[in-house]
Parts: sequence; C-alpha cells; structure tokens
Amino acid sequence: MLEFAPLPVKRRDFLKSLGGGVLVLFVAGDAAPQESGAGGHRREREPLPEDVAAWLHIASDGKITAFTGKVEVGQNIRTSLTQAVADELRCSPGAITLVMGDTALTPWDMGTFGSRTTPTMAPVIRKMAGTARETLVEQALHQWGIARAGVDVANGCVVNRMSGARVPFGELARNIEWVKTIGREDCVTAPDKWTVGGTSVPKLNARELVTGRHKYSSDQRRPGMLYGKVLRPAGFGAKLTSVDTSASARMKNVVVVHEGDFVAVAAPDEAAAQRAIESIKAEWQKTPQISSSELFAYIKSNKEAAVPGISAPASTKTLKSTYNIAYIAHTPLEPRAALAEWAGSKLTVWTGTQRPFGVRTELASAFSLPENQVHVLMPDTGSAYGGKHSGECAVEAARIAKAAGKPVKLIWTREEEFTWAYLRPAGIIEVASAVNPDGKLVSWEFHNYMSGPSGLASPYESAHENVQFHEVDSPLREGSYRGLAATANHFARESHIDEVAASIRVDPLAFRLKNLKNDRVRAVLEAAADRFDWKKKKSTSSRGYGLACGMEKGGYVACCAEVSIAANGQVHVEHVVEAWECGAIVNPEHLRNQVEGAIVMGLGGALFEAIEFADGRITNDRLSKYRVPRFSDVPRIDTVLLDRKDIVSAGAGETPIVGIAPAVANAICAATGKRIRSMPILPALQA
Amino acid sequence: MELLVNGVRRHVKVDSERPLLWVLRNELDLTGAKYGCGEGQCGACTVLIEGVAHRSCITPCGSIAGKEVTTIEGLADGEKLHPVQESFIQADAMQCGYCTPGMILLSVALLRKNAAPSESEVKQALEGNICRCGTYNRIVAAVTKAGHTMSAEAKVGRRA
Repeated sequence: MLEFAPLPVKRRDFLKSLGGGVLVLFVAGDAAPQESGAGGHRREREPLPEDVAAWLHIASDGKITAFTGKVEVGQNIRTSLTQAVADELRCSPGAITLVMGDTALTPWDMGTFGSRTTPTMAPVIRKMAGTARETLVEQALHQWGIARAGVDVANGCVVNRMSGARVPFGELARNIEWVKTIGREDCVTAPDKWTVGGTSVPKLNARELVTGRHKYSSDQRRPGMLYGKVLRPAGFGAKLTSVDTSASARMKNVVVVHEGDFVAVAAPDEAAAQRAIESIKAEWQKTPQISSSELFAYIKSNKEAAVPGISAPASTKTLKSTYNIAYIAHTPLEPRAALAEWAGSKLTVWTGTQRPFGVRTELASAFSLPENQVHVLMPDTGSAYGGKHSGECAVEAARIAKAAGKPVKLIWTREEEFTWAYLRPAGIIEVASAVNPDGKLVSWEFHNYMSGPSGLASPYESAHENVQFHEVDSPLREGSYRGLAATANHFARESHIDEVAASIRVDPLAFRLKNLKNDRVRAVLEAAADRFDWKKKKSTSSRGYGLACGMEKGGYVACCAEVSIAANGQVHVEHVVEAWECGAIVNPEHLRNQVEGAIVMGLGGALFEAIEFADGRITNDRLSKYRVPRFSDVPRIDTVLLDRKDIVSAGAGETPIVGIAPAVANAICAATGKRIRSMPILPALQA
Repeated sequence: MELLVNGVRRHVKVDSERPLLWVLRNELDLTGAKYGCGEGQCGACTVLIEGVAHRSCITPCGSIAGKEVTTIEGLADGEKLHPVQESFIQADAMQCGYCTPGMILLSVALLRKNAAPSESEVKQALEGNICRCGTYNRIVAAVTKAGHTMSAEAKVGRRA
C-alpha cells in the first residue's frame, strides 16, 4: 500500500493550526516598526502583511519552526539558515524545523540565486530569532520580576542565574499570542560570539539522502496520478504544420492534449506515455538556425564595436588578445520535474525550481488564475547551479493535468533538459593592455560580447581602464549559470594578465602582487601561493603550474593548479590549491565542500564542456556525448579558508568557480608554451 | 511477474522489457533509484542484483525475475545504517544528494569484491557514476574509510 500525505493547507489555516505561541515576522521595506511583544501583552489577530520576508514560530509545546522562501538545491542553506536560528535561540539545530520554498507556507521570496541567501536571508533570520529570544526572555523577566542581566538562555530554556530556575521556551510562549514585529537589530549575535554559526554542523537531512527516503520533485506521487510526455518540436523555432494523434487517442487510458503547438499525452505508466508520444505523427516547419561552427563568426558580425587601439608611450609594451567562450549546460543530475494537481480552479504543483514564487506567477499567468489559487512546493532538489529559474516543466505538467482531469507528473528526459532548458551564455572577450618598463599596468581595455557583465571589474590598478559588456542577441536560449559570466571574464582577465607578465618576463605571482589594488584578493592570493609553495615550482614540458585570482559577489578567490602533460598530449589536472574568503565563515566543512564542488564543476567548462548545435538541435544532448567531470578528472584539492569574523558573511555557492579555468590555462601554457584562448581548452589545445 | 526486492516478494503486472528503474519507481514507489540519463551513463539508477551493481535504467525487469534486488531503501538494517551510508554522512560526501543512492550501492558492491580498496581502485570502480555537485574526493574518502571500518569489524567478528 502506498501512503499519501494530505495536501498542505493554506497559509492562513496553517497559521491558525500553529495555535498559540510566539510568531515573529520580519517586515521588510518601510513598514513601521512596532513595539515587540513584551511581557505577555496580547494583541489582536490580524491579517498577515504582504511585505514579510521571513517568519518564525515558537509553539506552546516548544516546537520551533522557521519559514523562508529560499530553497535547497545542494548548497546546504537548509543547514546554514537553521544554524542561524539555533545560534540566536541558543539551542541545538536539531530542535528546529525549517520550512522552505512553499508558496502557501513561506513568505514571498524572489528566488534562490546570486549567492544572496547568506548575505540577505541569514541576517533576517537572525533578527527574527533574536527577537523571539528576547520576547521570551522579557516574558520570563516579567514572571520573575528581575532584570535582563539576571538571566541566561540555554538549551531551549530561559535560566534564572540567581535561583537556577529554568523555564522552557514553550511554557513562556504559551502566555503570548502572536507578535508582529520588525526584527530587532540589537538582538543579533556578532560572528565572534556565534556558538552554532561558524561550526561544522553536519548536513541536517543527510540521513534522508543516504537512505533514499527524501522525496525529490521527480519522486512525488499523488493518488490516480498519470505520467506525462510532451511532443517536442523538430528544432528551435519550428512551427507545427500538421499533427496526427489518432493512434495515441485509440490507446487505452491515454489522454491526448493538443492546444496550438502544444501536443502532449498522459498515461497510467511512463511506458504507455512513451508509446503514445512516439505514435504521434507531426510535421514541423523549420527556420534557419546558427550552428556551433558559425557561433564566433556570428558574434563578431553582430557585435557593435571593436576594442579601441591603445595609444601608449613607445616605452610601454602593448598586448591584445581575444578569448572565445562556448555555451555549456548546467546538467543538473535531476532534470526538470513537476507534479501538477488541480482541485477545481485551484492548482498545486511540486517542482524543482530556484524560484517557487516566480513559477507560481508563471502558472497563474498561463492559466489566468489569481496567484492565491496556485500553490507551488519545492522539495529539496537534485541540484540547479542557476539552471532552474524557470517553470516550463511546471506549466506543461499543469496543462496536461488540466486536460486529463487527474494529477500528472512530468519528468524531462536528459535530452529535453539539454535542449529545452537554457544554457550558460557563450561569448567573445577582447582585451588590450599596456604595461610600463617597471612592470606596472598602465592601460586596460576589456570588452565582453554576449557572455555577460558579471565579474567585469578588475582588481588591478591601471591609469587607464575601460571595461564594458556589449549585448548581442544569443542564437540559443541562455540564462543564469553558477557565477554567471564571472567565469568567462576571469578566464580572459587572468589569462591575459599571465600573457602580460610573460611578455616582460616577470613571475605571474610577482606581477599580480605588484599590480593588485584589492587587499582581500591579495590576501587570498598570498595564502594560496604559500600553501601551493609557488616559489619552488618550476614548470617543465610535462608539468605546468599556473595561478589566478579574482573577486565577485563579496567572495575572494585565488587558485593554483598543477597540470601534467603526458607524452601523448593528454592533460590531467593533478593538484589544486584554492584560497577563499567570504567574510565570517558560517560552516567550515560545508564551505570546503562548496569550494571543492565549484572547482570540479569549473574544470568541466575549463577543459571539455561545450554545447554543440546544428540545424536548430543540440547535437550532444546526452551524457554519452556531453562530457562532464568524473572521478578520474578530479585533482587532489586543498582549500585554504580565511575567516574574517569582522566582515559580514557573503555567499559561497558561485564565486569559488571562477579561478580554476584561468589557473589551468596558465599551467598548460607554462608547460607547453601554448596559450589557449578558448573555453573549453582541450579541443583547441589538441587541434 | 514476481520480483524479489529488499527481501520482499512483489508481484507486478508489467512488460518484461520495461526498465527495472521505472518498475521500482512507478510500480513499487521505491524512488531511491534515480533517473539521470536513461542510457547507463550516470549511475544515478544503480541497484544491486544478487549483490552486483547494475544500472536499472537499462536493465529489463524480465531479466531479473527471481533474483534478489537491493535498492537503497533496503540497505540499512532497520534504523542502523550500513557502514557506507554512515561513512557518506561522516565525510559530508554529498551536496544535493541525488547521486548518493547510486554512489552508495556501487560502493557497497565494490567493497564486497575488494574489502580494502585503495583510493585509485575506488576511483576506477566508481568512474561510471556522476556527481554533478563535484563531491568526488569526499566520496572516495568515504568509501576507503568504510572499507577500513568494515574490515576492522570483520576482524573483530572473526576473533569473537
């Protein structure tokens, strides 16, 4: 027998179901701060404001539940945000439930991207939890008639220092109805006083993951559910000219959906759905499309400007180079998946997305529904890397479910994920520089075409600097990818910096240290070079050493790479040292894991990942054709974490990825003498 | 047909050509085996058949009639985790966790053949499974550690 969880109740009912206790709302924006609920003052129940950023509830049985619209995709914010609550409530992370990414239960949130959770959501959560703590403390002070200095908070209790008496949170919460307040800044614990934050709390739901108990979006199930399949166009931009669904319509228990160019089926099992979709005969009118072999010529012919020539004194050395960046795919191991269920005009969708509220808007708009009729739930998901911002799979599942009159689950195939999701943008980057005889940069021209503006800012001093991003219409659908264009821009900048250093025969580390203007970049660069023992490394034709550094989104990174070149030309990255600093460290072990993962993911784009396309199709749309890093590709990795407790924590899900590609390109050049100015490197190196 | 999954006999009415992955997931609600590619390239669907790791996405269910299938749901002994599961938690050898069931089962199969594999033996054995989050080195550490733990426990067991 299969068991089914009941549909979650709507938010208002949910809050009623919480019963008494303390509810702290963090009100964003210009909402007037209100007096916190001191001393058991009761307030009237009132509708929830729409501008709440997060909330936290402590029930009269002591149960602590925090709510955030952020979502978990492997970056470990379920753990880090729970640590923030635990820190402020002086209790164990295990005592807290964190509800995430559920549009009926959690406050509205723009989405989980841009490394924003740690710098923006964690402080909100801390303010709420700190406010809740002090509200409970005030209740205890009122009971005991003593001053704040007379109590401690520990293990979910307020403790009377004099008498040793302890009152559990739940008991204190029993006397309070819910409190609406803006989070109190003065309640927040500074990083140097953290006791749970800053420690390596293990991943909170690890046990669910290793036992297979966790239900990802693609694992969800509802009673009477059907399995959907969508008929895909013959190519990008293709229009449906004729379709014959009669064979599938004759199949038993198969539902056929045909609305304009949207043709889909649903069946009681995935095999029947597959047979039904394969039985449909369709004609498509295709339109001419750019192919990957024409990509860089296309960008060149569509870009608006050329890099201006540098006019510099004759004593300076000028250098100009161009870097090509390929499209790459996120390839989340769990492809897009959604389960949609209608109850009258109400729609519930379980789906893996970085923007549950954005997907709710997409669904509301697709079906002309008010947003409060749409409920999106985001189970912790099988990764995203910036690739799951959009709700196309959710909309498709809901369209099929509506026509079928039953819940429908749709899991995109790997081929669909490669073809119909979006890609990390390709681009061309042109760099021109001048360096004076003293080894100081004097001119820096940096122009990115199409790939994006992220990470454009140079950490190097230069009298003349002109750094620009130029938009070009992308021939393929493109979107966010971990680190955005910071990877491409760091690849170009840090490769070029090595070229400049080589042109004046200066050590790449010494050249960088001489020209860096950013002290945090300098600190990570020195830390990485020290650990790597850079000064003792001498490249040979079979062994190359390279380094790179940079900064973006409040994170500072330096990467040293050791690369071996076999007699047959085969390249292997043997060892990587990466130093990383993003302010106060929240969870050292999880931070190391993120840095390591970013290096491994970055290796794919650096060395071999590239989307190939022709005739409106992705031609390497399978894992047997699109190579991602595997065990044998991975180097020994040492991470050096710099903990700056004096600086507010920044996110670390993205920027650790930017250093590896240029460090590897520079190492390969050091060994082979070949300067490869394209990502991925290997096809050009071996050409 | 009759399947023997995690020690339980299960009757399913399915076409014998249907991949085991979808029979497990959709007929038996054993969703620990994951879809990642459908062509045996990523290993997210790995299960044990008679103790040997197989990619269930390319295994017709007719080929395993009467054979013992172990999925991730059947690996722990009640609430007591298998040493490899324990070791993955200790080493923080996961991020999103989607590849984790397949990685664990492939590692269990390896340790049955080779109780104390070296790092390079682990890498070689696990090469066919993808962790897109890039926790490979942690997985290698988890598996070698689990191998040591299990060997040590076996020695103690033999002495007792």
